Amino acid sequence: MNRREVRRFKSRVMTAAVMACVVLAVLPLILILGTLIMRGASSLSLAFFTKMPVPAGESGGGVLNAIVGTLLMVGTASLIGVPLGIASGIYAAEYPGSRLTWVVRFVADVLNGTPSIVIGVFAWTWIVATQKHFSGFAGAAALAILMVPMVMRTTEEMIKLVPHSLREAALALGYPRWRTTLQVVLMTGLPGIVTGTLLAVARVAGETAPLLFTALGSQYLVTRLREPMSALPLTVFSYATGPFEEWHRYAWAAALVLILLVFVLNIVARVVTTRASVSHG
Amino acid sequence: MAEAVRDLIGLRLPGAAASARPPRMATDKLSAMYGKFTAVKGVTLAFAPNQVHALIGPSGCGKSTFLRTLNRMHEITEGGWVTGRVLLDGEEIYGPRVSAMALRRRVGMVFQRPTVFPTMSIFGNVAAGLKVDRRTHRGTLEERVEQALRQAALWDEVKDRLHKSATALSGGQQQRLCIARALAPAPDVVLLDEPTSALDPIATQRIEELAYQLKRDYTIIIVTHNMQQAARISDTTSFFYMGTLVESGTTRQIFTNPADPQTEAYITGRFG
Repeated sequence: MNRREVRRFKSRVMTAAVMACVVLAVLPLILILGTLIMRGASSLSLAFFTKMPVPAGESGGGVLNAIVGTLLMVGTASLIGVPLGIASGIYAAEYPGSRLTWVVRFVADVLNGTPSIVIGVFAWTWIVATQKHFSGFAGAAALAILMVPMVMRTTEEMIKLVPHSLREAALALGYPRWRTTLQVVLMTGLPGIVTGTLLAVARVAGETAPLLFTALGSQYLVTRLREPMSALPLTVFSYATGPFEEWHRYAWAAALVLILLVFVLNIVARVVTTRASVSHG
Repeated sequence: MAEAVRDLIGLRLPGAAASARPPRMATDKLSAMYGKFTAVKGVTLAFAPNQVHALIGPSGCGKSTFLRTLNRMHEITEGGWVTGRVLLDGEEIYGPRVSAMALRRRVGMVFQRPTVFPTMSIFGNVAAGLKVDRRTHRGTLEERVEQALRQAALWDEVKDRLHKSATALSGGQQQRLCIARALAPAPDVVLLDEPTSALDPIATQRIEELAYQLKRDYTIIIVTHNMQQAARISDTTSFFYMGTLVESGTTRQIFTNPADPQTEAYITGRFG
């Protein structure tokens, strides 16, 4: 082999190795999706979304209570967590040198790495144990605590990406600093912040551990946050660990619904980002 | 003629001997620091109204920093502080009762690179400076935006797409949009910080013509590293070197008969 052939050979070997890595990385995702669709799709029907669970042994029924519970808890968690996360992200980006920023950023990073079950135990200790009952609100609070550091760090990074010259241009027009931050800097970084927020929402929507000892789960259609509440991950957990074949199929279907929900949120996040970057030229 | 000009260049403080045209802006022993580093050292200079004043000098000579002290943008830089005085129509702009925000509406600024707000339309960009000022009434917003765009010689190019995104404009159009945005709040003084350094020659020429025309209504102070540009459009020129004001005079005098050997060396291209 001459040198050129050796180079080509090396190139082919390396390309093949890299492609193998890509396949290995994507394979689990494909397998998960494939299994979910194979096992869950057959149980999906309109009734699955609109009906309540039925007692073991009966067929039919759905997971309406879990879908409502997930939407309510994730919605409440977002109402609490998103403003807090965005506000602290703005603070960290606006005062990067302050001691408080250092502390907040450190806490956020630790919190980001904290296993979600620990957050669940925390919420149990401070909300469930003190109120002496499980509740959807305790679940929402646990999810909110998970969201804050994610939203905060994204907001901070997105605001830092906004060119300093835009900030100066606004100040040079006589904008007060708060207006510069909100109307120019935050608005310019908004597509990225929305994307990061939606990804955080998608992430907590699939959380099971923090809900186990906070929202607990419920067989009924609960819309009051003071009461124990069901959620899709909880349904998957209880059905999958149950003894009945019918339940196992429901668990697969509920898992598929959950994945679809996360999938949709991810796609919306992508669309928001690309739309924004296209309209900006 | 030369004496009249020298009068204009010489500092006029309020209450000083009456002159036909008191300066619009003046600085008195103005120094600008970044932390412990002094970027501008004791500059005393006056800017007569309705003229184009050029500040020239090699990179790092302090001309941009000096410009930024005139609308108090220097103080937003980390560690930025000043000593000495800056007067706008005889009024101390670093005085305790002066609002930097209100001042910046009277002293507009255009930067090296176009800084259009990407989330706003063309109209929104020009209106941005008007909206922060509560004195503006809604009914006049459209008129003032149109007037500013006409002054910036951009109206005909954008009148059909005022509500489209401003980022679709070319670099030269964006810079004229920034000029329109600075003009909309009707400032007294317009500061141009190397406004053409990111533009091609044709766009540069349009901005130069614009600066020349705008002096009817405004006082223009332009920082430029381009000596031909200073020679083409300015009435007075001030040469900065190593943070000090070396020489100031009519543009013709500075370029044909500089008094200081450093000025001569710079304008003849021996350094810089």
